[in-house]
Amino acid sequence: MHIVVCVKQVHDPEVAPALFTINEATNAVVSVAGLAQVISPYDEQAIEAALRMKDKKPDTKITVLTIGAASAREVLKHALSMGADEAILVNISAGVLLDSYATAKFLHEAVNKIGSFDLILAGRQSADLDAGVVGNGLAELLHIPAITFAKRIEVVESKVVVDRVVDNGSEKIETTLPALITVSNEIGAARKPNLRETMRASRKPTQSWTQADLSKEPMEATEELIKLFIPKKEKHCEFLAGTSAAEQASLLVRKLRDARLI
Amino acid sequence: MTGDTKSKSILVIAEVVDKALAPITFELLSLASKLAEQSGGQVGAIVFDNQETTRRALIAAGADHIFYQENESSVDADVLTAAIVQTIANNAFEAILFGHNAFGSDLAPRVAFRSSGSIATNCESTSFEGGYFVGKRVCYGGKARGIVRLRKNPAVITVRSGSAAPAEQDSGRAGVETPIKADFSVARSQLVDRQSEDLRGLRLETAKIVIAGGRGLGGPEGFKVLESVAQKLGAAVGASRVACDLGWCSPSMQIGLTGKTIIPDLYIAVGISGASQHMAGCAAARTIVAINTDPDAPIFMDANIGIVGDYKELLPKIVEEIGRLNS
Ligand SMILES: Cc1cc2nc3c(=O)[nH]c(=O)nc-3n(C[C@H](O)[C@H](O)[C@H](O)COP(=O)(O)OP(=O)(O)OC[C@H]3O[C@@H](n4cnc5c(N)ncnc54)[C@H](O)[C@@H]3O)c2cc1C
Repeated sequence: MHIVVCVKQVHDPEVAPALFTINEATNAVVSVAGLAQVISPYDEQAIEAALRMKDKKPDTKITVLTIGAASAREVLKHALSMGADEAILVNISAGVLLDSYATAKFLHEAVNKIGSFDLILAGRQSADLDAGVVGNGLAELLHIPAITFAKRIEVVESKVVVDRVVDNGSEKIETTLPALITVSNEIGAARKPNLRETMRASRKPTQSWTQADLSKEPMEATEELIKLFIPKKEKHCEFLAGTSAAEQASLLVRKLRDARLI
Repeated sequence: MTGDTKSKSILVIAEVVDKALAPITFELLSLASKLAEQSGGQVGAIVFDNQETTRRALIAAGADHIFYQENESSVDADVLTAAIVQTIANNAFEAILFGHNAFGSDLAPRVAFRSSGSIATNCESTSFEGGYFVGKRVCYGGKARGIVRLRKNPAVITVRSGSAAPAEQDSGRAGVETPIKADFSVARSQLVDRQSEDLRGLRLETAKIVIAGGRGLGGPEGFKVLESVAQKLGAAVGASRVACDLGWCSPSMQIGLTGKTIIPDLYIAVGISGASQHMAGCAAARTIVAINTDPDAPIFMDANIGIVGDYKELLPKIVEEIGRLNS
């Protein structure tokens, strides 16, 4: 079985708010010291999901695919050190912001160039743009079925069975391969890179393609980001005095009652 | 055509849960009516349900034209996508509104790509400016907002709950009803099983008071303490993602970016640090109370009332105090 996992490098989504700033002239996040570039956590969990399938069926091949600047090689290295087999970077200039259509189109062409696959996995959304469009968009372009928000994936012969998270519950859905599945955090924590795979990572096949290796069609952006900004917080927190828990509790309850909130 | 002066109609994708229209549908109708006023078009609604009461409610809430599925209903994404795409094409809808939940987030990208339109997800407001549909998106884990102009119609937009007041009901309104037939032959997957949570007690989405717990609770027993306070207050119980991921509570209790978005009158955050991804689901609460041992926890930047202290000591006292007030 051949699994392609689509991954993206993002600014650390859990960075302290003080280190997160935006250049409003360029509508981009400012790269400051201390703001790390990491693999988008849902994508890391998509790799984990692929590795669990490989644990069960060792002849599974996992190819990780990313579109990004040269720095995105780091996320590929991370994936190979977790246990993926091959990696492909579609290299674009740093600072180029692709919209979801252009991203899905690039991935589509890259997947066509890869050739055969049985399953494509992607995170449910990237942890920077938080859009959640590319996975299903890619499936549309490839004309393959898509199942979103997976928390458990099992391949049974030519079928894949997916438990997916829905509002207030879950569903079990079955479809035939090839298919695309987006992975949600409920799948569980991703494994850490291990020593053995890290040692092997530099010898694993890694390719770098450019836009010219794919299509030469111009990409027309359909989603135009006209402004990116940090919303202002205008709240002021009133800290309740009181030297004991009993005193604080009494102050709180009285305050909420006076405001008719309880 | 986009950016021109022709009138443009809006299609709302209605959602039916347990035989009733979901609250988000009424918010979408209210946004659609506002957009239609600006774009000069009509408001349509598609609903995968054939109850007459549903259609009447949609019309009363502002829909001019209802497309309803008359054959047996389906939850298959391919079946629903095909029906929506067909309805858009047949009726020249130029903006499509979904709720930003599991139902809408799953279908919206499929519809956008298959209709060769454009898409903005995770929006907290929408507008029509200079001939284009525009969405204000929540991004970077809730730390930023992006204003996106959709240059190609149909413009598909998913809207977070709480983005608009629900549309008012006017039972005197008239509307056109068109039955549609879903084509089950396009399904490529089969639903094997569906587990719905028993939604005992108050629902998070509609509760006036929500008390939520995070990693600071230290374990599942912390949620028992939270429940005792919730009972006294008539509150629903929510959680941070960490608490859900650790298995201390059910995943459907998750509040935040990829969990529920709630706007209670009172939100009490206990042992929650206040990460942007969490606040994306609750920052609009009218009053936020934070209980946290760390005076520097970011939650205090979003809170109206803060108590620095250990919840294990505070909550039992709070229960006592409420008891005293009520006696
Ligand atoms: C892509 C992505 C998406 C995410 N989506 C969501 C989401 O939808 N919802 C969500 O909630 N999170 C989400 N997160 C996680 C989020 O970034 C935070 O990690 C998470 O919200 C932190 O949970 P917490 O506040 O419970 O835990 P922590 O950050 O560990 O905070 C625990 C707090 O408890 C306090 N505490 C400890 N002991 C006590 C005590 N005895 N009494 C009182 N206080 C105490 C501590 O001081 C601390 O402030 C997401 C993260 C990523 C990367």
